[in-house]
Amino acid sequence: MIQEFKKIWKQYAITMLWLLGLLWPLLGIHPDGTISFKQTITVWLYILSGTFICFIIYIINSSGNLKFFTEPVVNTSEKLNNMVQNMPSWIWKSVLLIGAVLYPLLTGRYPTDVAINVLLYICLGLGLYVVAGLAGMLDLGHIAFYGVGAYTYAILNVRYGIGFWVCFPLAGLSACIAGCIVGYPTLRMRGDYLAIVTLGFGEIVRIILNNWMSLTNGPNGILGVKTIGILRPVMENGFSFEIFWVKKLEYFYYFALVLAILTIIAVTRINFSRIGRALEAIREDETAAELMGVNTFYYKLLAYAMGAVFAGFAGALFAARMKFVSPESFTFLESVMVLSMVVLGGMSSIPGIILGVIALIVLPEVFRELESYRMLVFGLTMIIMMLFRPSGLIAAKRKKMMEKKS
Amino acid sequence: MDSFIQQLINGITLGGIYALIALGYTMVYGVIQLINFAHGEFFAAGGYVGVIFLSFFTGLGYMETHPIFCLTASFALAMMYCAYLAIGVEKIAYKPLRKEARLAALLSALGVSIFLSNGLMLTQGVYDKAYPSELFQGGFSFGIITIGYLQVLIVCLTGALLVALNLLVFKTKIGMAMRATAQDKTMSALVAIGSNKIISLTFGIGAGLAAAAGIMVGLYYGSVRYDMGFLPGIKAFSAAVLGGIGNITGAMLGGLIIGMVEIFGAGYISGEYKDVFAFIILIGVLYFKPTGIMGENIDDTRV
Amino acid sequence: MSAQPILELKNVHSGYGSIKALRDVSLKIYPGEVVAIIGANGAGKSTTLMTICGIVPLEKGDIFYNGVSVKNIAPEKLPPLGLCQVPEGRRIFPRLTVEENLILGAFYRNDKPEIQRDIEHVYSLFPVLGERNRQKGGTLSGGEQQMLAIGRALMTKPKVLLLDEPSLGLAPIIIHQIFDIIADINKNQETTILLVEQNANLALQAATRGYVLETGQITLEDKASSLLHNPEIRKAYLGE
Repeated sequence: MIQEFKKIWKQYAITMLWLLGLLWPLLGIHPDGTISFKQTITVWLYILSGTFICFIIYIINSSGNLKFFTEPVVNTSEKLNNMVQNMPSWIWKSVLLIGAVLYPLLTGRYPTDVAINVLLYICLGLGLYVVAGLAGMLDLGHIAFYGVGAYTYAILNVRYGIGFWVCFPLAGLSACIAGCIVGYPTLRMRGDYLAIVTLGFGEIVRIILNNWMSLTNGPNGILGVKTIGILRPVMENGFSFEIFWVKKLEYFYYFALVLAILTIIAVTRINFSRIGRALEAIREDETAAELMGVNTFYYKLLAYAMGAVFAGFAGALFAARMKFVSPESFTFLESVMVLSMVVLGGMSSIPGIILGVIALIVLPEVFRELESYRMLVFGLTMIIMMLFRPSGLIAAKRKKMMEKKS
Repeated sequence: MDSFIQQLINGITLGGIYALIALGYTMVYGVIQLINFAHGEFFAAGGYVGVIFLSFFTGLGYMETHPIFCLTASFALAMMYCAYLAIGVEKIAYKPLRKEARLAALLSALGVSIFLSNGLMLTQGVYDKAYPSELFQGGFSFGIITIGYLQVLIVCLTGALLVALNLLVFKTKIGMAMRATAQDKTMSALVAIGSNKIISLTFGIGAGLAAAAGIMVGLYYGSVRYDMGFLPGIKAFSAAVLGGIGNITGAMLGGLIIGMVEIFGAGYISGEYKDVFAFIILIGVLYFKPTGIMGENIDDTRV
Repeated sequence: MSAQPILELKNVHSGYGSIKALRDVSLKIYPGEVVAIIGANGAGKSTTLMTICGIVPLEKGDIFYNGVSVKNIAPEKLPPLGLCQVPEGRRIFPRLTVEENLILGAFYRNDKPEIQRDIEHVYSLFPVLGERNRQKGGTLSGGEQQMLAIGRALMTKPKVLLLDEPSLGLAPIIIHQIFDIIADINKNQETTILLVEQNANLALQAATRGYVLETGQITLEDKASSLLHNPEIRKAYLGE
């Protein structure tokens, strides 16, 4: 045990010295030909003291001295978990639903805004789940379908004045077509070759959005996208309808909520259907699945198309809410975010993915106070999360069942 | 015709740079089957360390008296710096995940990439950082065609590095051990090859090459930026895949093709869409040869 | 037989996560012996060898080589000590040439002329390898690959050679050739050999002593000749 601690301390010391060696050339060598150490050492000491505290906590925790604190926490969470599992599922589902419905009434504008983001990303994440989690195809350009959906609505609305409800299915359709376009040539590829092609596709979409000035207005984006309009009955001068423009954020929240719930239901149905099983068979062993009579060509294309459709719908809603679209919203980093959500959620569990989305949307909001250090901390958090929970927050349900048996 | 030759030279210059970056991707992939997304940041870090040392030497006044020494020293220091960075990153962020699902390491790599590019931004500023501009003005002229001295330097240095790498990998015992580790880690251990050392070495060499490419890009375009690693990074990765990922000769070939396609696409079709051509070629080639130009069949490892 | 075993396993437990492959395995191998471990599919024969080499983690017990515990030594540090394995399925490096495979066997050695002499020695043992020294390992036939795997192991200058299923998937005539060479290695190079085989008849004929492994436990230990005539063994493993 003592030997192990020595080893950990040694590694820690080496890591810190490594960091010092990295920092000094960046901070201590100046273009006027002078060398300084003060700034480097100051920054390094800050990092050293910060990590030292975390490190001490980690060591105390792993040696079991924090049990008085962690044990009750673990116990209660286990109890809660058992309680939830023993309750019929409709109870906690309805509790969650009521919570979600009341949420914007209980909170302010900013939390609602973040919540809408969460809901849209749930649609994106679940779409990617069909492609990556079920069918096992690594997709690094998923955000492109989101962009296609958003731009479809924005262009149709701003240029041709077509309303949201007509555009909404069209956004899904165009994303679906885009999904088939990227899906078709990639069907023969396996593993990491697929990753780069999807990445390339995502970049192609972004570059086109950026450069096709006449259609997309380039990097300036499209302004003045109309929000959702619904007909509502008016009783005053006899019975008639008037268009009601959804402008308040709370109303928007409900649209996003409905879309997210529909997506969750749809993906759950896919998961436990024939299609879901076929996709999982393809994930586990494509050749074997083909020999067992699964039409891998068809199902892989279907997976792409479905994943794209969910993203396309979410994209249309995104455009309606922001009233503005620009290529900036559909960068590779966003694809990475969506993928991180799915992986963090455990790759193949729907509740896990929802949790992953919440974690990755809320975390940067929490870090907002750190300002320019925000993304630095975000990257670090991603590494640490993977180091400590490499298989995600919640493991897949089927896997869980198997573990219980053994 | 003249402009064609001019474009060809530009294409070789750019392609060589891509090839240098692509090698890091392909070598790391060959040894541990990881798409090292942080590799583009090693390239950017190389560019920055290069400019730091070059400006430092300029500030000291050595640049005028000993230009060759300063340039060599800057290249060497930047390459060492990035090798040191990459080896540490591998030990901290990838090694603990080697036995986990491949996606865990992939996400960790993405995290490292975000971390490093923001680290560069915080220490070096958001704006472009200019390279000392008086270097390598002018060039050889043949009629309308001009070959800048800088281009000559880049092409020669790239060629030298590629030859050196080839000699290392294919002619030495350590290169043999690298190839063996890529093929079968357990068996390598049984013949006394320590895979950790080989993996560190691979990361170090890959990052060193990327750093050299970073300085070249800095010299060529005159400045570096904290997020410069992203686009060349994914293009170089495309080049690695195009050549058949894991294959060193393939990466060199892929880099050249991607560089040429980009230059000719920009010159003859459309400058705005130059980044698209590389990807279209990539998708086209993979459609007809799913394992890349020189790739062998990889097993069906999935996410 | 000298008093100190060159390789000793003491109450070894090991396995893959929750699956326990070896339970309380104890073996003693003395210098100069050829010891065979026989057993059915999945009895834990290959796991035994992989545990000795440190590839499969040891859970309980200890392994001694020349009287020194090797349980905390990294796998790649063992061949320099003289402990080398030819694993199941041969596992030559398919995209390296025959000669490169052999050179890698001597990876830890720095004595170039000596290495060259050893390569020549391997070629004299297996002339076919000499003929194909520029060919990629993956293009060799099964028998040639087995020869290459043994040759590569010899390049590490082993004092104890662990052989896993050298007869697997080979034609009878090749098997005889290979077993002749194994006997030769044992006699002329004073290499102790631990042989794992499903082909019990063959293994026990070549060995001096034998162990029987069943579902991760040693059930029988005897002289090879006695095992060969043991009626139960004949029934279970020799198909009578």
